[in-house]
Amino acid sequence: MKTVICAGTSTSGKTAVLKQVIKKLIAKDYRLAFLKIDVQYAEEDELFKQEFGIPTKKVYSGELCPDHCNVMVLGDAIEWAAREKAQFLLVETAGLCLRCSPYIEGSLGIVVVEATSGMNLPRKIGPMLSLADIAVVTKIDLVSQAEREVFRSRILEAAPNINIAESDALHGIGLNPLVKKIIESPDLQFPLFLRGNPPVGTCTICVGKKEIGWKQHFGVVRPLENQLFYRGE
Amino acid sequence: MQIKKITIFGGYGKSGEKDKVEQVTFKMGQVVSIVGPTGSGKTTFIEDIELYANENTPSMRKVLINDTAATEDFSSNPSDHPIALITQHTNFLSDMQVKKFLMTHASIRGSSSIETIVEETLDFANQLTGEAIDVNSAMTELSGGQTRALLIADAVIIGNSPIILLDEIENAGINRTRALELLKRYEKIFIFVTHDPRIALLSDLRIIMKNGAMQKILVTDDEERRVVEEIKKMDDFLLELRTHIRDGEKLTEQHVENRLRDLGYLS
Repeated sequence: MKTVICAGTSTSGKTAVLKQVIKKLIAKDYRLAFLKIDVQYAEEDELFKQEFGIPTKKVYSGELCPDHCNVMVLGDAIEWAAREKAQFLLVETAGLCLRCSPYIEGSLGIVVVEATSGMNLPRKIGPMLSLADIAVVTKIDLVSQAEREVFRSRILEAAPNINIAESDALHGIGLNPLVKKIIESPDLQFPLFLRGNPPVGTCTICVGKKEIGWKQHFGVVRPLENQLFYRGE
Repeated sequence: MQIKKITIFGGYGKSGEKDKVEQVTFKMGQVVSIVGPTGSGKTTFIEDIELYANENTPSMRKVLINDTAATEDFSSNPSDHPIALITQHTNFLSDMQVKKFLMTHASIRGSSSIETIVEETLDFANQLTGEAIDVNSAMTELSGGQTRALLIADAVIIGNSPIILLDEIENAGINRTRALELLKRYEKIFIFVTHDPRIALLSDLRIIMKNGAMQKILVTDDEERRVVEEIKKMDDFLLELRTHIRDGEKLTEQHVENRLRDLGYLS
């Protein structure tokens, strides 16, 4: 089985891209399963189940960081997709944290970025972009060609070896190279590992201390004018 | 790539009706207009060209540039894309300063003399619009007319796109006559979607659209070229009245009558 992990900030068009991808893969008679990971609300699973009749699941990460949640649940999800006899498991992540990336070794990582998000987005989203295999640029019909060019060059600056597919995902235009790449992607090799290192995650904010200001916290802390340091026993 | 011509093979209109024009070719240096009522498929037609369609858009049209169809892979870099589309909706969304953005674009394009090319672009844009562009303002602060003017200037000069598609620029507050004059100096294929008789008749040929499908091609003949002179006169007269109104002046029956007499419409 092959797994495709799709990331991208909210409203970037992940769902529109995956919808077209699913449509094109089904047309080629592939069997698919779809997992949506989000924080507190998502309906893509129901939409895709209804429209395409494929097995779908959704997970709300709730109190957990959504990309941590991804690490936790993905093992089970792959077993589930295998039981459903899927050839492809498509995972749509929540796409929130710009310090994490949800991609796993030996599977395809797709980041969806909207051309309308400003010239600096590729410089802002960190490993979500730099560790992806393919950047799908959406909403290209809404911006000037000049800005498309600058946007593209900034993507390549952040991720020099990435493949870029410029698309109008609402109309399914420009996505055929992506579908080809998904079909050609390798089968999963176990054990599975995250591609990037998650950021330091042991902090007192994570465990529920809500006071503002680093002096109220322990573990790895950070003042405004200084680097990270460890405070505590 | 040296662009010599672009060929469009017909596909289907909105209700599945076949394009009556099976094939049309535009040659380098030609000015083409796409005409037809609102909703007749003009914009879809030029979008097919912009997308370098290869039977992969809803219309199933196919576009060949120098007899070659598009290949689908990740190598398609918009800098190599020979076609620039400027529509009524195309906007700058970046809040970079005008000058900084143009310089960034020029450097991505590998221009050798960035300062010069940016100057030329701004100069071109300023000739198209009534209000000079402040190079230190953010691109998102430009007026509609300034935005359109700068988009066109950037596509023509920095982008140096050999094929330029312009969707209803007559509504964008730019000087149409000046635009046509300036554009014709550059050796390119210009394709206008237009409702403007003047632009349509100053084109070498025009395609008539209806219900999403290409109906026929008309080549501008000598008689139409004479007619366009008359249209120019009337159009300029209306523009003159517009200037009066813009300048806060009242229009009198006497003034209009005098001007019509000057133009030879009243005896």
